[in-house]
Amino acid sequence: MKSKKLEIEQVASFLRDGMTIMYGGFMGNGTPPRLIKAILDSGVKDLTMIGDDTAFGEDLAARGPEGVGLLIRNKRVKKLVTGHIGLNKEAQRQMLAGEMEIELSPIGTLAERIRAGGSGLGGVLTPTGVGTSVADVKMDVTINGQKFDQKQTININGRDYLLELPLRADLAVLEAVVADKSGNLVYYGSMRNHNPLMALAADTVIVEAHQIFEVGYINPDHVMTPSILVDHIIYPI
Amino acid sequence: MTQEMSAKEFIARRIALELKDGDVVNMGIGLPTLVANYLPKDVYLTLHSENGFLGVGPVPDNVPPIGEPRIVNAGGNPCSILPHGSTFDISMSFALMRGGHLDACVLGGLQVAENGDLANWMVPGKNVPGMGGAMDLAVGAKQVIVAMEHTNNGEKKILKKCTLPLTVKSRVSVLVTEKALFRFYDGKMVLEEYAPGVSVDEIRAETEAAFTVSDNLKEMVISQVGM
Repeated sequence: MKSKKLEIEQVASFLRDGMTIMYGGFMGNGTPPRLIKAILDSGVKDLTMIGDDTAFGEDLAARGPEGVGLLIRNKRVKKLVTGHIGLNKEAQRQMLAGEMEIELSPIGTLAERIRAGGSGLGGVLTPTGVGTSVADVKMDVTINGQKFDQKQTININGRDYLLELPLRADLAVLEAVVADKSGNLVYYGSMRNHNPLMALAADTVIVEAHQIFEVGYINPDHVMTPSILVDHIIYPI
Repeated sequence: MTQEMSAKEFIARRIALELKDGDVVNMGIGLPTLVANYLPKDVYLTLHSENGFLGVGPVPDNVPPIGEPRIVNAGGNPCSILPHGSTFDISMSFALMRGGHLDACVLGGLQVAENGDLANWMVPGKNVPGMGGAMDLAVGAKQVIVAMEHTNNGEKKILKKCTLPLTVKSRVSVLVTEKALFRFYDGKMVLEEYAPGVSVDEIRAETEAAFTVSDNLKEMVISQVGM
């Protein structure tokens, strides 16, 4: 079996300006810190980042990890698709100043769009956001040959739903607590969050693992992300 | 209401009596978090954390340092998972929220309208934190309980129509303030309880929304836990 082991110095070879990257984590919990740092160190810019939130700003470093905030603070992010930026002042500042484009999305909608992107689905119908500004988003979409320039609200059997389109990325960077050498993953506690969904939805998936074991160590019943979704593994230091 | 008790504590103490033993509940950050402090002794809730688990427990004695695997709540603060709890991904977590599997959610509010609309996630140009999980919670929980101070420095917050961007349309079940408790029935707002010492006229004067007064109007009773 071909080894999936990747050295952190090799991550740069997967990166290019303007690419789209999904990052696991919720308030930085489950966001791979060494992979985020490797993206910064590579010098890539104009990134579109897709993930739950912008974690803790630099001023709140004592409370929790900075997560993707490291890339935002260093002006590498052109566009962010996310659900929450409330504890990252720099992300709010860049949005209000027009320096970074931010598409705010309900977190459940974001997750289902990612899941749809990785599951071969054409979209998702959700009641979340109906009648709010989430429904007013500009969006180019063609339905049955007809072009629309705004997100569509569709009534099915008397209830309104928003049509949300699938999301995919060039790369997903994930964090797992346990990986085996084939790429089977186990997460811990609250660290699972978006990681298994993003493993489905990117062309290349790189996982940073806290512990690495031989194949067979993880009971198949306990695998949370199957190895076939994982392309490369960053082993623990 | 005693002189020393803050409006927030009073609201939290009333909401604590709204929840039933065995309920599965998601509590928002801020005022809603206080509710757990005042639950009657015989009421055990299972708390849902939107970042992916059920059975939110207390902060553990030894919190691993930042960078080590650790369990945090939806605000990113360390906590634990109780023995009956379970962990899952965000798709499952929000399925529980959106899909009507939570008995109640307790949310803070900026404005509530007479038809049950809620605005609680942004003030344009000033504070734009993002809606996070609030919209999914509010659209799907069986009971949407809003904890909100009645006015903001004299400015009315219970309105005919919300002026701030909405979180959800017509989903508020119960609104508790330090002066009143309203319930919503098919988009109609009913005053059911008043805080001790507060008259219906005073509530009317501080409420723009049109509401009817319940035939069973009564004085609000709050949790006495720890008093």
